[in-house]
Amino acid sequence: MKKVYARPKSLRKVPMHYCPGCGHSVIHKLIAELLDEMKLRGKSICVPPAGCAVLAYNYLDIDMVEAPHGRATAVATGLKRVRPKNLVFSYQGDGDLAAIGTAEALHAANRGENITVIFVNNAVYGMTGGQMAPTTLPGQKTTTSPAGRNSRVEGPPIKVCEMLSGLENTAYLERVAVNTPANIRKTKKAIQKAFEIQQKNIGFTLVEVLSPCPTNWRMDPLDSCKWIDEVMSKTFPLGIVKEVKC
Amino acid sequence: MPWFARKQRLRCIVTKQLMYGTHAVGEAAIRAGCTCYFGYPITPQNELPEYMSARLAQIKNGVFIQAESELAAINMVLGASVAGARAMTSSSSPGISLKQEGISFLAGSELPAVIVNIVRGGPGLGNIAPAQSDYFQATRGGGHGDYRTVVFAPASVQEMADMTYTAFDVADTYRTPVMLMGDGMLGQIMEPVTLPKAKKKLSEKKYILTGARGRPARLIKSLILDTKEMEDHNWKLMRKYQRIALKETRFEGFQMENADMVVIAYGTAARIAKGAIKRLHQENKNIKVGLIRPVTLWPFPVKAVQDAAKQAKDFFVFEMSSGQMVEDVRLALEGSRPIHFYGRPGGVVPSPAELARNIARYYYQSKRRRKR
Repeated sequence: MKKVYARPKSLRKVPMHYCPGCGHSVIHKLIAELLDEMKLRGKSICVPPAGCAVLAYNYLDIDMVEAPHGRATAVATGLKRVRPKNLVFSYQGDGDLAAIGTAEALHAANRGENITVIFVNNAVYGMTGGQMAPTTLPGQKTTTSPAGRNSRVEGPPIKVCEMLSGLENTAYLERVAVNTPANIRKTKKAIQKAFEIQQKNIGFTLVEVLSPCPTNWRMDPLDSCKWIDEVMSKTFPLGIVKEVKC
Repeated sequence: MPWFARKQRLRCIVTKQLMYGTHAVGEAAIRAGCTCYFGYPITPQNELPEYMSARLAQIKNGVFIQAESELAAINMVLGASVAGARAMTSSSSPGISLKQEGISFLAGSELPAVIVNIVRGGPGLGNIAPAQSDYFQATRGGGHGDYRTVVFAPASVQEMADMTYTAFDVADTYRTPVMLMGDGMLGQIMEPVTLPKAKKKLSEKKYILTGARGRPARLIKSLILDTKEMEDHNWKLMRKYQRIALKETRFEGFQMENADMVVIAYGTAARIAKGAIKRLHQENKNIKVGLIRPVTLWPFPVKAVQDAAKQAKDFFVFEMSSGQMVEDVRLALEGSRPIHFYGRPGGVVPSPAELARNIARYYYQSKRRRKR
């Protein structure tokens, strides 16, 4: 019999701590599959964020260094400059990248650092209990916006891909989602493309992944997936935002 | 090519050269094998990033980034350090406050790095004059958590070079961040320097991240959720700090033979104190005043101070601050000797004559007191 599906070697054989319906486990698996398929496990270094996914180092079987909240792109910059031949990627949430670490992300992108950012956007601060994030949708209720986000007061959600697309040295920016099998396949392709571009030293690459957080959205997993399609992707349209032809 | 970088090309001919303190730090760092510098402009240390930008461009694998902030700079240092390079950053007081987050992470993750603080007057934006206002911040950890930072306090341009060179070795030996604490004066003056020899080969590091080819994956982190494990890690760090205190404590004694009164001062203040003591000895050969100059501020030379107390009756602490190191002196002496403090905060640099007057006043007062 032919084996058609197996646990990727780059993914450790341990149960994940993520909530039921969380997108992190899917994204971890996609990364692990790609590291196997592209034979990159031996040269990859990942910088996980502060937040739920800080424990990514328990799951991905590759070299990892933890960064302070928001500084993953700065740490990745230092790493990549010293080891230009390694594949260096950071894995960051919306609070990490679009609030406390905006300056670091923006300037790494502007310098065109040859790193890849896997930017997981779930519209809330997950680990700390579902507070309002820079990507929380207008009207969305969170533990710190109980009446719903008011764009006039709290500002509208920040569209990271669009914000970075104006910078000359960004090579590849795409927004994907992990709410349906088809979207999961697209996510994998997007990350693959980002890794390929990094290996060609073309510039900064970022894949924004819309990811469900049923626990903090107060929804069941299926409704969460539906919500990404029906609500979230209206504010954050899926697709390639920028791709530099090479 | 800037003049200072051009000059280094001629270095085989000259052994001693006139250099700025900041340039001496930069050149010594490069000779110690530092290939990465990350910084953000702030006065009075700008000559150092300027120097590094020119010099690192001449070096194979040299990395210079003018970061978007001090936060980014120290975290780039963390990244370069975990990748195995000797990395450094520099700043001045307000910038060092921002770097504390990264310094705490370096300490917690046990990563080496060299951080240069060219101290200015504070708090807040303060001013850009030479001061010693950051002693607490430097020696008490500065950032959050249970840790220590090794702090070197040079007092001349020659020492700026020598201690930078040593700082990289200490950082690597103990896998810990090391700080070099100068001030605006040490950074800006020019003095003759004999530079240390360039290191040819550095020892291999077994913990660094290179990609897990043919070996188990490595993980560098400071997050330890289990309380018992965290406690073990804290004790492990503390044992390391005890080892450092045992082996790396440095100080200089000056005119300490038969000293009745001991002046304690570091850095620029120690230089002024030396001048003051020389002056006092010229005026009166029988005056018995000596100097202990802590060369490492942490670990503080506790034993040297305690040993001095066996014969000295009085202590005189002089700082260019409103009194910070004086607390370490009090801790070392545990109330066994009277301690007089003279401080000039705010970036005021007193003359040796001014200090000599104050030392003499206290010296003769306490002599009279003892006679009574």
